[in-house]
Amino acid sequence: MSVAELSPKPQRRATAESMAQKQREISVSEFFTKNRHLLGFDNPAKALLTTVKEAVDNSLDACEEAGILPTLAVEITEVSENRYRVAVEDNGPGIVKEQIPKIFAKLLYGSKFHRLKQARGQQGIGISAAGLYAMLTTGRPILILSKTGKGRAARRVELRIDTRKNQPDVLKDEQVEWDKDHGTRVELELTGTYRGGRTGVDAYLEQSVVANPHLELTYRSPKGEVQEYPRASQELPREAQEIKPHPHGVELGMLLKMMQDSDHMSAKAALVDNFSRVSPALAQSICERAGVKPNKRAPDLLGEEIERLHKALGEVKVLAPPATCVVPIGEELIVAGLKRRFHGGQYFSSTRPPAVYRGNPFVVECGIAYGGDLPLEEPAEVLRFANRVPLQYQPKACAISEAVYELNWRNYGLSQPRGSLPLGPMAIFIHLASVWVPFTSEAKEAVAHYPELLREITLALQECGRRLAQSLRARARLDSEAKRRGLFERYIPELGMSIGKITGRTRADVEKLFLQALPHFVNMKEPPPELPPTEGGPADGAAAAPDLPPTPGPGSVEDKAPKTKKAAKRDGEAKGTATPRGKATKADSAQEEAVKVTPTKSARSKAEAVESARGGRATSKAKVKKGGRDSKAGRSKKGEQLKLIE
Amino acid sequence: MATKGSLDKARAVRAQKTLGKIEALALETLRQVKRADNPALELPIRALSNVAFSEKHRLIELGDKVQSREFFNVSMAKKFMQTFLVAGACKDLLESGKTTSIRDLFYMTKHTIKGYSENTFDDQVESDPIIEDLEVGLDALREELHLFANKKGSMVGPMVIVDTGDEIDLSRMGSGGWSVPSITEDYVIEFKKSEAEFVMLVEKEAVWHRLNEDKFWRKHKCLLLTCGGQATRGARRLIQRLNSELKLPVYVLVDNDPWGLYIYSVVKQGSISLAYESMRMACPKARFLGLRTRDFKEFKLSDEVKIELLKEDITRAKQMLAYPWFAAKQWQEEINDQLEAGFKMEIEALSNKDISFVTDVYIPQKISNKDWLV
Repeated sequence: MSVAELSPKPQRRATAESMAQKQREISVSEFFTKNRHLLGFDNPAKALLTTVKEAVDNSLDACEEAGILPTLAVEITEVSENRYRVAVEDNGPGIVKEQIPKIFAKLLYGSKFHRLKQARGQQGIGISAAGLYAMLTTGRPILILSKTGKGRAARRVELRIDTRKNQPDVLKDEQVEWDKDHGTRVELELTGTYRGGRTGVDAYLEQSVVANPHLELTYRSPKGEVQEYPRASQELPREAQEIKPHPHGVELGMLLKMMQDSDHMSAKAALVDNFSRVSPALAQSICERAGVKPNKRAPDLLGEEIERLHKALGEVKVLAPPATCVVPIGEELIVAGLKRRFHGGQYFSSTRPPAVYRGNPFVVECGIAYGGDLPLEEPAEVLRFANRVPLQYQPKACAISEAVYELNWRNYGLSQPRGSLPLGPMAIFIHLASVWVPFTSEAKEAVAHYPELLREITLALQECGRRLAQSLRARARLDSEAKRRGLFERYIPELGMSIGKITGRTRADVEKLFLQALPHFVNMKEPPPELPPTEGGPADGAAAAPDLPPTPGPGSVEDKAPKTKKAAKRDGEAKGTATPRGKATKADSAQEEAVKVTPTKSARSKAEAVESARGGRATSKAKVKKGGRDSKAGRSKKGEQLKLIE
Repeated sequence: MATKGSLDKARAVRAQKTLGKIEALALETLRQVKRADNPALELPIRALSNVAFSEKHRLIELGDKVQSREFFNVSMAKKFMQTFLVAGACKDLLESGKTTSIRDLFYMTKHTIKGYSENTFDDQVESDPIIEDLEVGLDALREELHLFANKKGSMVGPMVIVDTGDEIDLSRMGSGGWSVPSITEDYVIEFKKSEAEFVMLVEKEAVWHRLNEDKFWRKHKCLLLTCGGQATRGARRLIQRLNSELKLPVYVLVDNDPWGLYIYSVVKQGSISLAYESMRMACPKARFLGLRTRDFKEFKLSDEVKIELLKEDITRAKQMLAYPWFAAKQWQEEINDQLEAGFKMEIEALSNKDISFVTDVYIPQKISNKDWLV
């Protein structure tokens, strides 16, 4: 007798048929109810933040897409204990009547999911999830007020979400009077907790204000305090262009779908049509590499043929995707943004040139506010942003924070205990702009650790760090110069008296002689109360992506007029001086349309490689030199840019 | 004999000469400033690093190292300013024909700098070295700048002197003695009649008082002198003059400790900070009478008078062992004796035997036995 025969035979518990009776579609809304932590509603405090955040992000995206300078009002009122009413009102384009229920009460409905374009929201899950949460915790419907233009009627809609069908349930829909020309107001009532600190709503709005200098915001907190942030820039961010997927970033399933959807097209034509940067010649060589007949009808391609195509797409050399789809904030505006939150300090910023990970273009920017009203001995405040949205949770899991921790800030004259943030009156701003931000989870709290991202973040931090160090040194020098000068000036009258008496000259005569000699021994320059941020020169690979001249808003030309003059002069100077980085600058302009996928070839990358390899070992002297060069190159670069604007 | 009038005239001539030096210093500074050079005063360095012991002259001499005191230099600006402040005050003194103490000069030059909370000088400790700097810088002595230190020191003995025109009989000075002025140059002090056969300098006033009361100086025909510690410049100059002009041997009696020995050393070969005056003040033939460590046994002193050497005594003694002017065998032995014995004694220890032991036994016996060190 074998052992197997001894054990009892397992009893069948159900049949395929009986199981089928229990199988039914799971609505997304239902899924959410059970998994709300995935979307950032895990606890009452976070729920309040996420609600505000989703509404504000939506408003900002809508305004920018419509080309309207956003003016937002956020009001949070405590209805009863742990129950808040959140109202977010914008001056956006409004929403047409038919779409209102779907946008606010249907999960996974939106305009942003289907395209590759930089935006704050991505999945279209946010605001409806907030509505769902509100409904689940208080039973109150979502209230929407929207108006699409002057002279048109505003609509007031009350909604509920049918969680089983993932369908909106319109409770009330009426025409109302609204004195606004256009805009949308969303009101939600939810259970939540209002709290301050890094993860609070207040911090979120303060940071949003930094990353969106063009935003005008009025915020009424549950405590009844009203904060007003007037617009710091009249310039709307350049509109992000939608792009087609890049061959290097495509997934097999997506490729399958593309091919199936490409009716009446050959495989070659389908590749050219569906991808960015794929020319007919390139498509031909991809097909050849994959062993696929280029003229075979795309929908007829076999699974294994598509698999081979997918492999070939990943291997073939392709130009990087156009960087026009990524909109950085820009160095000047980062400084303008930082000034809204941190006062009286020095500001530094640097915007990296576009780079690519898995076929997705991205730009990293960094800003530093130093001194002023920032606390002296505290660890630096780190402000993380992805597509201008503040990231407040999970700093430890985020690639951005990691880059800040990993950098040796002692190289830049700051103190930094082991494994800690640098200490000092400093705030570090880091912005990652990308068509597709690789978050670690759907809650969009932390950025995943892609080596390409980490590298760019580190380089941006280093650029800012260098400028900060330079300025700190210059300042220390000027401070000590001022002290020296003060000392001499204090004693000169005494010498005037005694030497005057001894030599029979007037006191004033002697003093005059000494004062005339003084400039030979001290730098007479007064230390400025605040060093202008342009002191170090903007980073190479300047503010906006090099491929598109920025489209300034109507107010911005005037705003910039005095600067332009200066810049023109600088430009002239730059022309006169053969900068040692002339070659690199040329390489920059050669990048006109795209970033090279293999960046090691450009002179700039070499310089960077040297810099990062040098790391902490470089002497401070060498760094000063390097900084100087940077600024020179930066200046001439800036000149070029402004010429473009003119 | 010089009359008061001729003394005044000589004095005025010297004052004029010093005034010229001060003015030259200031004019040179102005010339430098005009050329936009950093105005600098060249001052010989008064520190151990710039003194040497001359075997030939048996003196501590100033070397030729010079420090440049610049105005446009953060660490020197204040001292530069102070130097001219003192120079200016000296000019006032010279022109008015008045002399004053260095303490007085400190107050003359001390004031709050206009518009600041800083003082030109905070302490006399700051102004004294500036005066010495000026002395070497101008190659003018303190008295030529019309300055003097607070007088300190008393003298009695069988001698008549003329002090600024006043005739003084030093054998009729009662219990207090004649107080030695700060300036004892021949244009101030003139030796007239002298029956003295030697000079006796004692460190302690109490011992001087004992010897004076016992009329030691009358019996042994000596000039009895004390400064109550380190000999002042006036006293040293006077001792040197007595030694060189009147050929009187000089005996020094000090406490048996490194500090006492150094008092003798300064009388003998000069000090480090005033090395530039050694030629005028040192008395290389001065005889070290005691107290010596071996006196304890020789005079059968009791154990009660021993004082244990302190840490700083030992440090000082070791420092002195390294000075070139203590390099001679007898001095090395003397200092090492003390370090080995581990105790020190005051001169007053002699009174433990008898109140007049120092007068009746100790000094006479030492001198007659030629029991001294040079």
